This record gives sequence, structure tokens and C-alpha cells, in this order.
Amino acid sequence: MIVNLWQAQVEVKRKNMETTTTIEPKQKVYFDLTTSPHLHSRWTTSKVMWFVVAALVPSIAAALTFFGWTQIFIIIVAVAFSVGTEISIQTIRKKQITWFDGSAALTGLLLALTLPPNFSLSATAIGAIVAIGLGKQIFGGLGYNIFNPALVGRAFLQAAFPVQITTWTKPNFAVDSVTSATPLAALKFDKIFTDTASMTIGNIGGSLGETSAIAVLIGGIFLIAVGIVNWRIPLSMIIGMLVFGGIFWLIDPQNPTPVFHIFAGSFLFGAMFMATDWVTSPITNKGMWIFGFGISLVLIVIRIYGGLPEGVMYSILFMNGFVPLVNRYTKPTIFGVAKEAVKK
Amino acid sequence: MKKQVPLLREFTKGLWEINPTFKQILGMCPTLAVTVSAINGIAMALATTFVLVFSSLMISLVRKLIPNQVRIASYIVIIATFVTIVDLVMKAQFVELSKALGPFIPLIVVNCIILGRAEAFASKNGPLRSVLDALGNGAGFFISLFVLGSIREIIGSRTILGYQVLPNGFEPWLIMILPAGAFLALGLLMGFANLYIERKKNLVRESLIAQYKRVGREEITDEVLKEAGV
Repeated sequence: MIVNLWQAQVEVKRKNMETTTTIEPKQKVYFDLTTSPHLHSRWTTSKVMWFVVAALVPSIAAALTFFGWTQIFIIIVAVAFSVGTEISIQTIRKKQITWFDGSAALTGLLLALTLPPNFSLSATAIGAIVAIGLGKQIFGGLGYNIFNPALVGRAFLQAAFPVQITTWTKPNFAVDSVTSATPLAALKFDKIFTDTASMTIGNIGGSLGETSAIAVLIGGIFLIAVGIVNWRIPLSMIIGMLVFGGIFWLIDPQNPTPVFHIFAGSFLFGAMFMATDWVTSPITNKGMWIFGFGISLVLIVIRIYGGLPEGVMYSILFMNGFVPLVNRYTKPTIFGVAKEAVKK
Repeated sequence: MKKQVPLLREFTKGLWEINPTFKQILGMCPTLAVTVSAINGIAMALATTFVLVFSSLMISLVRKLIPNQVRIASYIVIIATFVTIVDLVMKAQFVELSKALGPFIPLIVVNCIILGRAEAFASKNGPLRSVLDALGNGAGFFISLFVLGSIREIIGSRTILGYQVLPNGFEPWLIMILPAGAFLALGLLMGFANLYIERKKNLVRESLIAQYKRVGREEITDEVLKEAGV
């Protein structure tokens, strides 16, 4: 590959020399040159986005099964307002309108799946507007944002409506509007353990998309299999959780087991869909490992010592801020150049 | 000899052109911390303006007596005197407000706006101009604090100056009365202000270019545009 690129560069140079000799001196000539990367992928943005949407179908199905079909309205509102915000901001800023690439719709979908069941629709709309407006477009659109837009939207909602967003409806055919705690909240405030089996299936309180571990895993493994998600991030998060959670468990057996930590809350959802966002995760393999371990470490500290029962959102946003630093730190050495020369 | 600016200009430039919050980006600490409600913003701005005006006057009067090496310390002593006055008056007369503003009244001593105006203006200009400049800057600070405080109070607690303006059906956004809301609101306000300035500059620039084309002169140069400030 490197040889090919080098040859291509030589050809471009040769072409330049040929053309410059034939033109008149005063005339300006523009070459159709582009900067790197010159490598092309079969993945287009919209293709990736629709694959991720497809991977979310099991989670959506699980959400609708456990919390009732009316939850579809939260998803519709979130997606509609995300796309609407994207279109209106791009119109105002006179930029190319790119809602059809699906990235805004995906952000809305992800945001909806992190919200609690029966969440108010107006607040969902606010969250979607903030997610696209403040999380993405203010930085310049897709590819320029520092933080995961869907999580920015959720973090805003968490700060703006702290009571609403922690009101969990009891799942599965129970009487409507009966509230119940999530496994993590039950553990933190009432010291009640939830068994792993129900957390795997998802018949527990929690956000729409996060409760069913099995549905999230199906989607995540699909994404890893087709090559959209790099397996290093989810795996490093899970290993990190086993290690750090294990340490805390060994210090004090009152703390939950690492397995509980993995299946509880939105850990798997975050690991599969949130942390692996292409824009806001490191680009180097080594960086991905650091990123995943970092999320797990911050998360376990929040879960055990923090005031909130759950911290996946904050830990991912926190590590998103470190991504440029991680990228710089793990920059691979230039091929064929001595290390000392690179340092200079 | 320096070009003399009209007296009124010394006042009006502080309102927008060198607005302490939006243009100089000074005094961010009180701006972000106390603007939970409009009344807090007003009180803070008034207290700051009082200190600003009187310390500018004093510094301008004694500017030729202070040795250059110890000027900052001398300014701080003068500013601290007026801050003490404000602090004691507020504690005596406006107990509630004084409690709400907490440590931010004594912290006016280290407010960059006051020291900035003292260093950049009052130490080089006469008393009249210094007072006008201080009043202008105080007014600019007042405007930005009032706007920020109103926005945060309306969205964060449905009221403005204590009167309810939004219906009960509106769920207040708690984030707006948290520090995060201050950063969000201030950042967005600054962004919109810059957008407005940019648009205005572009309009002036385009009209200038069009004017040059109409009279058939040569292509407009960068120097001409720079001189027009666009």
C-alpha cells in the first residue's frame, strides 16, 4: 500500500512538471489535488448509519415488548426533532443539507433508547434539539464533534430534569405508571440485588434500550461481525470492568460482583453503541484499549463512590474529552524512519 | 498629540464596542457565578459599577503621583477601599441580596474589569474621561449581566425579577440555574453576538467592494479593507 501511495505521489509530481512547462507564465492553473487519506472504503456514511440502526432493532423490539408499544412515540419524537434540527441549522448556516445520511436520525434513535420509559415527549424533543444543536452542529457537523451527541443530549436532560429522568416505570405487563427502581438504584439505595438472569433478558427497570442485555449483545455482535464496530473498545471495557470491578469486590464483598456491573445499567449499551462512535473514539488500536479501560475505571468509581447509581454516560463523555490526547500519545511511528528522527 | 475622542464616545463605547463581557471577556467569574436570577445580576452589576466609577476617578486623580513600579498595588488598595464600602452598605441595607451574592461582593477587588480599566484607561486619562469610561463599562457589564440573568431566571425558574412569566405547565430547566447552564447560556450569547458582528462586517465589506466597482477604480486592496475595519 505504501509503495502504491508513493508511486501515486511520484506520478502526481511528474504530471505537475509536465503541465507547468506547457502553460503561459501569467495564467493560474489549478490542479485537482486532494489531501490524504487516499484510501477508499466500501462503507459510506449512510450505509454505516443504517447498519447501526439495523443493529438497534433488537433493542427497540425489547423496549417495546417490556415497556409497551407506546414507547414508539419517544423514538419517533427524538428522531423527528433530531432530523429537523439538523435540517434547520444547516439551512440557517447555508451548508449542504445532509440529513439523509442517517447520522442525525441515528443520534435521535440512540438518545431515545437512553431515556426512561414514558419520558415526557416535550422533554424528549428538547433533548434531541440539544443533542444535534449543541452536541454536533455547533462544532461544525458530523465528524467534528468532540463529544457523543446523543450522550450530550441525555446529559443535558439529566441536568435539566433530574426527577423525570430517574422515574423508572415497572416493565412487563405491570400496571401502568407504577414506578420501580433500576437494579443499580435498588442496590445503591436499598441494598437489593437483582439476579443476572432477569438482567440478561431485560425484565427490569431501566432506560428503554439498556435493560435487555441479550438484545444489545445481538446488535453489538452483528456490528462487530460486519466490521463497523472495532471489537477492541467493547472488549477493553468489559475486561476493564472485570479487573477494576473485581478489585473492588475483593476488597469488600459488599460491593457487587463484576458480572453484575457488566449486566446492570447501560454498560453494555454504552460499550456497544456509545463508546464505539467513530467520531468520538480513538483511531489507534492502542488508543482504543486505553479508552475502554479508562471508561471502566471512571465508571466503577462513579458507581461505587458517586452520588448517582449509574455513570456510563458521564464516564464515556469524560473519556471522549481525552480522545485527542490519547490519539496524540499513541501516534504510531512513521514507517522506515528511526525513532530518534521522529522525536526531533 | 493623540487624537481626541468625543466625550460621549468614551461612554458609549463601553455599551457594546468594548463590552466587558462580550468583547473584552473580562469579569467572567461574577458573570457566570451570580447570574442565577435577574435581580442578582443587577445587584452585582451596580456594585461593580460603583466601585469601577469611584476607583477610576481616584486613580485618574492620583495617576501622576503613583510611582510606576508600585502602581498595581496602589490601584488594588484604592479598589479595596470602595469594595469595603459596598460590602458594608449591602450588609447593612440589603441583607438578603448580600447573602445571595455571598463572597462575590468582596471578590470585586480582583475583578479584571476594574483593574483593566484602571490600567488601560484611568492611569492615562483625565478624571472626566475616566469616569465616563467607567460608567460606560459599568453599563455594558450591567446589560450583559441583566440579559444573562433574565434568560437563566426565565428558563430555570419560570420567573423574572420574582414575577412569574411562564405558565405552570412549563417544566423549569434546572440546568439553567446550575453552573452548567451559565456556561451554556453565556457561550450561546457570545456565539450569537459574534455571528451578528460577522454578518455586519460582511455587509460593510460587500458594500465597499460594490462602491469601488461602481466608480470603476482598481481592484480593492487589503489595506483599504483593513483601514475600514472590515
